[in-house]
Amino acid sequence: MVDTLILSRAQFAVNMTFHILFPSLSIGLAWVLLFFKLRYSKSQDKKWMDLYFFWIKVFALSFAMGVVSGITMSFQFGTNWPGFMETIGNVSGPLLGYEVETAFFLEATFLGVMLFGFRKVSQWFHTFATFLVAFGTTLSGFWILALNSWMQTPSGYKMVDGVAQPVSWIHIIFNPSFPYRYAHMMLACMITVMFLVAGISAYRWLRKDRVPAVMTGLRVGIIGAAFFVPLQMVVGDMHGLNTVEHQPEKIAAIEAIWHTESSVPLVLFALPNQKTQKNDYAIKVPHLGSLLLTHTWNGKIRGISSFKGKHPPVLPVFFAFRIMVGIGVLMLIFAIWGVFSLRFKKDITPLLAKGLTAMTFAGWIATVAGWCVTEIGRQPWLVTGVLKTADAVTKIPSPYVSVTLTMYIVVYAILLSAYVSTIFYMARKAGDVEDLGPLPISSRKAIVDTI
Amino acid sequence: METLGNLLPYIYASLMLVSVLMYVVLDGYDLGVGILSFFATEKQRNDMIASIGPFWDANGTWLVLGIGILFIAFPSAYEVVCRALYLPIFVMLIGIILRGISFEFRVKSKLRYRNLWNNMFFAGSLLTTLAQGFMLGSYVLGFQSTVSAWFFALFISVCFVATYSLVGASWLIMKTHGNLQKRAIFWARQSLWWTAINVAAISLVTPWLSERIYDRWFSMPNILWLSVIPLSTFVFFGLSHVTLRSLPRQNDAKCWVPFVSTVGIFILAALGLGYSFFPYVVPGKITILAAASATKSLMFLFIGTLFVFPVLLGYTFLVYKVFHGKSSDLRYD
Repeated sequence: MVDTLILSRAQFAVNMTFHILFPSLSIGLAWVLLFFKLRYSKSQDKKWMDLYFFWIKVFALSFAMGVVSGITMSFQFGTNWPGFMETIGNVSGPLLGYEVETAFFLEATFLGVMLFGFRKVSQWFHTFATFLVAFGTTLSGFWILALNSWMQTPSGYKMVDGVAQPVSWIHIIFNPSFPYRYAHMMLACMITVMFLVAGISAYRWLRKDRVPAVMTGLRVGIIGAAFFVPLQMVVGDMHGLNTVEHQPEKIAAIEAIWHTESSVPLVLFALPNQKTQKNDYAIKVPHLGSLLLTHTWNGKIRGISSFKGKHPPVLPVFFAFRIMVGIGVLMLIFAIWGVFSLRFKKDITPLLAKGLTAMTFAGWIATVAGWCVTEIGRQPWLVTGVLKTADAVTKIPSPYVSVTLTMYIVVYAILLSAYVSTIFYMARKAGDVEDLGPLPISSRKAIVDTI
Repeated sequence: METLGNLLPYIYASLMLVSVLMYVVLDGYDLGVGILSFFATEKQRNDMIASIGPFWDANGTWLVLGIGILFIAFPSAYEVVCRALYLPIFVMLIGIILRGISFEFRVKSKLRYRNLWNNMFFAGSLLTTLAQGFMLGSYVLGFQSTVSAWFFALFISVCFVATYSLVGASWLIMKTHGNLQKRAIFWARQSLWWTAINVAAISLVTPWLSERIYDRWFSMPNILWLSVIPLSTFVFFGLSHVTLRSLPRQNDAKCWVPFVSTVGIFILAALGLGYSFFPYVVPGKITILAAASATKSLMFLFIGTLFVFPVLLGYTFLVYKVFHGKSSDLRYD
């Protein structure tokens, strides 16, 4: 019989994974929409508004998915992790409270104006509403990543009778890993959206739908990716160094370093073996591990065995990290390829278009893999050094949790496939509409009615 | 500072009541519209959904705030509530997810799936409503696990369908015109008396089951001033009833009366419940003070809330003003 702990962890993972897909899109897409709107305001070129109206549909759909799966999250702590709020509620409560009050209402309220207010309010107010939605999504990321980072690297608190009490809110919010994790996640959102925009545009390009809006979407996606992916690599490296300092056990698991050593090689691939505490079938590059993690040739790195059992499982963390980095490298290749193609050919090739289409949702996989690294990498702790995951779980009998977990998986699987197929359907439908030529914005009714 | 610290748990309890009330009114009308959409033609359904389009995302956020305050300010109560209501909460969440995404999918996916998403939109709204009614019913009885308590909760959950239909129909009377408005008036009449039964059942069962609540209401001199609550509730029901019979009028006069009376009924019901359960946050089990978080945490959030809450109410009002009047087609451009 599987116990409540494992089931509850699985349920949280399923809910969280499903949820994060949509905020990562809506955070990035909101800024991209603001960019489209501003470019239109400046140039009055209709293609920017075409882009805006196409992507706002994707945005509305993603936002709705994010809102409803987010409501689910607010109940998960209570239903499955009562120990979480009991032990650290004094810290996590206000952070979540500020998220709801400052961010959720802002984004959800002005979303109405952004979506349906184009003709109801003045242009500047509509642009402003778009900005407020983008700002709200990013602010909500601020609070939730502050909390998550605090769970990774807690500071600014003291324990009184087994309950965390706040001492300094500045230290709680700006805990050691927060700036890096926040930057890393916001960039991840931008990259995810750049590949979504590039991928869907490439898909339309492949279907011979090569109107100005599609070509511009392609350019925005590719150039954006070429800008954000290298930046992400720098930030990722800084985040890694921060983890070496504050969560060495996570680094040991990421790199499958079993025993503390100097001049550590980088394990490119292996099957980490928990029993023998060795890596089977390892492919290594000498010194590279030390070089990446300590930025020195012979740097010393602590191994799993030095943490005396208080370390995460190596295998999932090791592989999740390689998936994330692997996709990152692929993204870099596609971004460079795309930029060269646009620069020298002024267009893309069918092969590149196919590749970009295949990469449409690559950002999702990298994001989820990254979260697996950081969340599994925190185990056995729920809050590092403060609360163990096993001590926070509910006492609800496991059959209940099995039922709800199964249902969540079924519902989410259906919704995810509906979502992805609808996005591609919307791309096809957008191409089927005949372009009625340049029309002043105020008389676009004809076009829309055709849609 | 010290006295404010002592008051904070009560301030948060009141804020929670306000959030739940806001939620029940605001998401109540869009859930109600979701339920009623099942009985409408496709054209009417589009108009109905257009009337809630700009608002529903923000409406749902009040639930997050309500539950948020419960777990921020009263973590131990949050745990008890979530454990006792594990399955109803799950049903509600599935319902919320289904309706939220159907709302988008029904117009964005292929035409042949349109009906499927319409049905999902209805089913999700219905499930959410039933689950919330069930939760209220169980909460009122302090989560007793007897058969009669279970039936009571079930009964309330059915009545809740009528209650949300009433507020949904009242919303539609304000936001639509012509045939759809006439349908909405008919729906409102149908659901009005079921809502009355709902309110009456909760009002009678609570004092009947709890001696403490009975004493709070029926001892002299409390009963004298407290009788204002049931009496004005009765007046609002009467006003709704009379107005609904005379609608629609010329120039759409008084189309707002049913909605305002319904909101009035909800406010009075919330006041009544709040008075009954005070000082408990989980009826008969956990008091507001016993469940409260550390004062320092409550204070940190409270200071922000003082600034944020008025702004939040301000821009909510602003958006309702932008989309004031009869709703038009839902269009992004």
